[in-house]
Amino acid sequence: MTTTKLFVANLSDIDVKGSRRITIKDIEVAVFRLSDDSVLAVENRCPHKNGLLSEGMVCGTDVHCPLHDWKIDLRSGKVHEPDEGCINTFETEVDRESGAIYVTV
Amino acid sequence: MTKTKKLVLIGNGMAGVRAIEHLLKLSPESYDITIFGAEPHPNYNRIMLSSVLAGGADMQEIIINDWDWYKENNITLHTGHKVTKIDTELKTVTSHLGLEVEYDAIIIATGSNPFMLPLPGADKEGVIAFRDIHDCEVMIDASQKYKKAVVIGGGLLGLEAARGLLHLGMEVNVVHIFGNLMERQLDEAAAKMLQRELEAQGMQFLLQKSTTAIKGKRRATGLTFADGTEVDGDLVVMAVGIKPNIELAKASGIEVNRGIIVDDFMQTSIPGIYAVGECAEHRGIAYGLVAPLYEQGAVLAKHLAGVETAGYAGSVTSTKLKVSGVDVFSAGRFDEAPGTQSLKIQDDMAGTYKKIVVQDGKLVGAVLFGDTSDGAELFATIKSGESIAGREKEILLGISSDMLGQSSGSGRLEAMADDEIICGCNGVSKGTIADAITNKGCNTVSAIKSCTKASASCGGCKPQVEGLLQLYAGDSLGEPVKEGICGCTTLNRDEIVAEITRMNLNSTKEVMNVLGWHNPEGCSKCRPALNYYLGMINPEEYVDENESRITNERYHANIQKDGTYSVVPRIYGGVTSPADLKKIAEVAEKFDVPMVKFTGGQRLDLLGVKKEDLPKIWEELDMPSGHAYGKTLRTVKTCVGSTFCRFGTQDSISMGIQLEKAFERLNTPAKVKLAVSGCPRNCAEATIKDFGVVAIDGGWELHIGGNGGVKVRATDLLCIVKTEDEVMEWSSAFLQLYRENAQWNERTAQWIERVGLDHVKKALESREERLALKSRIEKTLSLTTDPWKQIVETDELRKNFVELSSPQPVQQL
Repeated sequence: MTTTKLFVANLSDIDVKGSRRITIKDIEVAVFRLSDDSVLAVENRCPHKNGLLSEGMVCGTDVHCPLHDWKIDLRSGKVHEPDEGCINTFETEVDRESGAIYVTV
Repeated sequence: MTKTKKLVLIGNGMAGVRAIEHLLKLSPESYDITIFGAEPHPNYNRIMLSSVLAGGADMQEIIINDWDWYKENNITLHTGHKVTKIDTELKTVTSHLGLEVEYDAIIIATGSNPFMLPLPGADKEGVIAFRDIHDCEVMIDASQKYKKAVVIGGGLLGLEAARGLLHLGMEVNVVHIFGNLMERQLDEAAAKMLQRELEAQGMQFLLQKSTTAIKGKRRATGLTFADGTEVDGDLVVMAVGIKPNIELAKASGIEVNRGIIVDDFMQTSIPGIYAVGECAEHRGIAYGLVAPLYEQGAVLAKHLAGVETAGYAGSVTSTKLKVSGVDVFSAGRFDEAPGTQSLKIQDDMAGTYKKIVVQDGKLVGAVLFGDTSDGAELFATIKSGESIAGREKEILLGISSDMLGQSSGSGRLEAMADDEIICGCNGVSKGTIADAITNKGCNTVSAIKSCTKASASCGGCKPQVEGLLQLYAGDSLGEPVKEGICGCTTLNRDEIVAEITRMNLNSTKEVMNVLGWHNPEGCSKCRPALNYYLGMINPEEYVDENESRITNERYHANIQKDGTYSVVPRIYGGVTSPADLKKIAEVAEKFDVPMVKFTGGQRLDLLGVKKEDLPKIWEELDMPSGHAYGKTLRTVKTCVGSTFCRFGTQDSISMGIQLEKAFERLNTPAKVKLAVSGCPRNCAEATIKDFGVVAIDGGWELHIGGNGGVKVRATDLLCIVKTEDEVMEWSSAFLQLYRENAQWNERTAQWIERVGLDHVKKALESREERLALKSRIEKTLSLTTDPWKQIVETDELRKNFVELSSPQPVQQL
């Protein structure tokens, strides 16, 4: 399967500790901007009951699902104990000068 | 290489399979396991059939081990096979369908058969027992076709069946041969109280009636009694008792009495053949409650696995019955036999009864009705056999273990053996819970619940689970555990608020930094809490952090299960106008809103709205946000009052609208719901609101701390005032007092329970103090703006509602 690197947004399009959604190749991706201005991208779907992670609260490198508060590590896509589960993550790149964000899907 | 031994379990019920579960943990490789079950289901929780019938659970939820479990553990399962022969010479087991399996060891766990009274007519259609899933299905089916049901048997099972049938909408009569219900667990006083409660729920009783026959032609139509009377019933449920199922054992030459006789290691009279559960008789007792059976299973598993065990020595049992709000508990020997002394309290006003039975300075039995919170502790005291000499009255009055002295509470838990059962409903031992706490990171009761199932059914063991939490969580930290507002800190709310005030902290980041948070960015519990406290302490200067708000408060709409949102515009006091209704209707049509529904708060809800449509809808509606989300004032419900109602003594509508306009958008520790009723008939249900106003002739009653949710609480009366201005003064002061003192996520009901009504009354006593509170809340309110308008007009905020537009590929990899 070929992967594609795409320009999705500029840093200024996303609030700090916030997230925006984007649909790429029929997958809904949630792009997060962390407090240190790094960017992480994951599949926008909680493995529990498909909650939208883009709507959740960001704490460090974790996001809390807005539906039932499952905690997901945005770096690995894994759900924190005592719950179980995993979602897909996507490689991201930020151009520090222009603020452009790229996601590879 | 030693050959694995073949183990055959006859019976797929709770006791037998529990023994296998233990065996698999202790010695998974030693046995090749085959299970025969007569019913066509995997292992399910028979006790929870009552809940299925009463509507609290569905059939799927009561399965303990599903089909996959057998596969995963390499267990050969034959359901729908009733074992009819054990050949002890050839060492084979044969089912009624002719399936033959070899064995090295057998566990007979055939359970009980419901005792069916040998009455004329017992073979008619519509006469059943209450034992398995099939019986439940017949009852549910009958409730849809017929109206009347009769339950023969006023014991534990009969009453649970009756409750279930009432829930299914049938008229229920319970027939009992004795004069008192549940005579095996309750004494006369408690039984009579129980009867009154159940009658209030709709159950009818025919006591001291001996059934002579079941009437009807092909289908039952009722019962006839020895005294000549009759009762109608299209469904007859026999719940008169159970008999150990010893048919197979008897036919195979195994020694039986009432049950299959076993020794302390569950071994029957034939070596290699064991029995466990309801079919077994140990030291003369065949148990019918789950905890002893689980204990037996644990001992048997150890024995089969070659693990040292002292053997099973019998059980002291307890029963807990919860029939829709009626709590009943019984343990040990509650009858007042010679040589015993009892202490009782009967409180007809509170509807409670408590009796403890003492012999030789030890607690040997207890009966509780109405308030069973002491049950688990009393039971533990009975089991431990410790001396309670001199402490009888303390135990009767239910003084908590902390007041009785640290040693008795936690000491008892500490001294308990690891395999002792804490949760009788699900058979969870102390060891399992301890393991969950120390090795699996469970640090709350709900974590323990999800991990082990302890406390997941009736919840009676919760105090003990909490005790174990203290015991083990404390140990692993190496120091006493202090409860912080969340896992990120050990500081509690008051400490945090004091520090924020003292050091003039003004962002969540600063607070977490300065106060030494474990996680630098906190968690979903503390960030919103800190955001609230900061804004409450310093409304003028603090800049609210959107990213620290819970989802609904960030998007100013209610997120639904499928990611759509709901929109609820403000309708003050529940009063609208044709123009507003038309506007809402037009917007709903224009945006193709899937559902328009009235809320309990007297306004309209547009459900199924896509996130990207939210700002557009708000713009078109041009109405303020109804704040049907978040920790703020929700609505002020009203009833018609003196505007039109013939009973109205005051204008509740105008009062309600005034309150809603004054307090909308207020940030509070938890959601706040108000209501104003126009007269004491209280049609606006003000007495289950956080702040409720009830008009009386010449004034207004002010009520506080009500809650109509999961745990219903009626309000406490705060005071009575004369004018509308006074209503505004007191409500402002109360709400601000609540804002400044309660914990984030603590409803007024919980807050008042915690601090006490007197404390609140005292704090609001002086007019000076009330006016000061009022002025602080008005300052806070003056700084709020309608969020919908703000979002519509601010691009920076509005952008968050739309997806990022078309991504552009950079290069192919």
